[in-house]
Amino acid sequence: MSRCLANRGIDHVVLERGEVAHTWRTERWDSLRLLTPNWQSRLPGFGYTGNDPDGYRTLPEVIDFIASYAKAIGAPVRTHTTVTSVRSTETGYLVRTDQGTWRCRTVVLASGACNIARVPAFASLMPRSIASITAKDYRNPAQLAEGGVLVVGASSSGTQIASEIHRSGRPVTLSVGEHIRAPRLYRGKDLEWWMDAAGVLDERYDAVDDIARARRVPSLQLAGTADRSTLDLNALTDMGVKLVGRLAGITEDGRAQFAGSLRNMCALSDLKMGRLLDLLDNWARENGLDEAVEPPYRLPPTRVEEAPPLGLNLVTGRIKTIVWATGYRPDYSWLEVPVLDRKGMIRHDGGVVCEPGMYLIGSQFLRRRKSALIDGAGDDARDLSAHLASYLDSCMTRITA
Amino acid sequence: MADANRPANNGVNVEALIAAREALTNAPEAAQFKWRAACEWKNGTHSHSTVEGFYGLGQEQQRKRTFTFDADHPEVFASEDKGATPVEYVLVGLASCLTAGIAAVAQHRNIQLRSVTATIEGDMDLQGILGIDSEVRNGFGGIKVTYKIDADAKREDIEALVAQSQKRSAVYDIVTNPTNVTVVVN
Repeated sequence: MSRCLANRGIDHVVLERGEVAHTWRTERWDSLRLLTPNWQSRLPGFGYTGNDPDGYRTLPEVIDFIASYAKAIGAPVRTHTTVTSVRSTETGYLVRTDQGTWRCRTVVLASGACNIARVPAFASLMPRSIASITAKDYRNPAQLAEGGVLVVGASSSGTQIASEIHRSGRPVTLSVGEHIRAPRLYRGKDLEWWMDAAGVLDERYDAVDDIARARRVPSLQLAGTADRSTLDLNALTDMGVKLVGRLAGITEDGRAQFAGSLRNMCALSDLKMGRLLDLLDNWARENGLDEAVEPPYRLPPTRVEEAPPLGLNLVTGRIKTIVWATGYRPDYSWLEVPVLDRKGMIRHDGGVVCEPGMYLIGSQFLRRRKSALIDGAGDDARDLSAHLASYLDSCMTRITA
Repeated sequence: MADANRPANNGVNVEALIAAREALTNAPEAAQFKWRAACEWKNGTHSHSTVEGFYGLGQEQQRKRTFTFDADHPEVFASEDKGATPVEYVLVGLASCLTAGIAAVAQHRNIQLRSVTATIEGDMDLQGILGIDSEVRNGFGGIKVTYKIDADAKREDIEALVAQSQKRSAVYDIVTNPTNVTVVVN
């Protein structure tokens, strides 16, 4: 967004509470890799120039990438500047920070959708003998006590964390709710290549049947595995991870309750994956690509045991730690403008917030299916900066009229 | 195959459901329903229950008629078998809920159903309810539902109907997830 504003000659400042790429430095686990291949993890005019385009960037590489980009475009970033409030004024907005106050006509909210780890209300009923950590605070298995670990959530974070912890010698039980299964490679090419080429990632928010639901869909169960293998529930089962249903509650005497719906959760996920692969196969056939890639195939169904456990005694059992990989929500506690709906989410139309001159960028399916990916920032910023520029022009017209 | 020119008709008024969903999105208070039944003991393990009214859309609602249910235990329980057992009512509840869901989802997806039948079976180890073994639960050890569906659609699409029905089923949720139950004596 900063680059787009600079290109339009719009005077702006970028406020960052830490260093550039702050949350990559402070809120991700050590071994994290992007789930998009290097060639795709790009910003406009700033692509991947290394010799492993199909690989996946490590955390230090991501930090370096973002920091280098900020430097390359000379973005006017004020680091170590925490915004404490944003309020409306007659001419725009008043932004208070711990480094002083700014007045502006327009404001772009780029604080992300993952500020606060979501944890179910009954997490407070956990026995005190069990350590509890969220995916946001998790760094590596050495942080955790020896013994069993219950990982709650089987989307991208949960599956990666479960795999790493289990391989460290701490037996993992994985609680599985809604999840989106996807093969890492399909017919010899990266799934993200397919989604990009077939236009799935460019699908627009206003072309989708139920955008509110699409924005709540959990992250694809994809991981930037070094060997490009698929880290799905079958892979985890093969490793020895035990699957149980969605964590539905914790009883007063410290018993975790799992839903009896695991089989259907896995069936739903397998069917959804089948529909995506059908779409990709149809696209390949219609575009004459069938000869250029391996023939179509389908992954074997997710294996679910006959009677998965419905409960686990957290007090007397072998679980010593719970890792909550149950999603995130944004923190808008500093936003003192009435733009939130009753669920605490911003009311906007493709990033144009319901208050004039306010914009949102960097959230799930903001304008396109790729909006939450690095590769999605460019197109969204281009669209929204155009809207912002014409809004500023209209302000100037009113003032000079 | 159902298409835009010859839409599927499974008897479900999907337009009304979609309109209701939109209306209730903006009026969550109206979405608060209360379902009710009344039960009167007759003799032995035989009781008689009725369903007449419920609360929803902000007011009390009545049914077209009062629905009645006799429940009892079978003769092998030294009872008189004057009605289905309560646990069989639960199986009926689950099968009916899933079946209704299949019809609604099929309608929404423009799939013509020709026939849908389900058989449902719940395993029960009586050592639970008879207090013989404290490690055995009172309820079902597991429930299996088997659907036979004849419809104008590919196998994956039919499986998707069944999967989606479970995803949005009230009774499936009641049975697979914990629910608070409060019983008071006046």
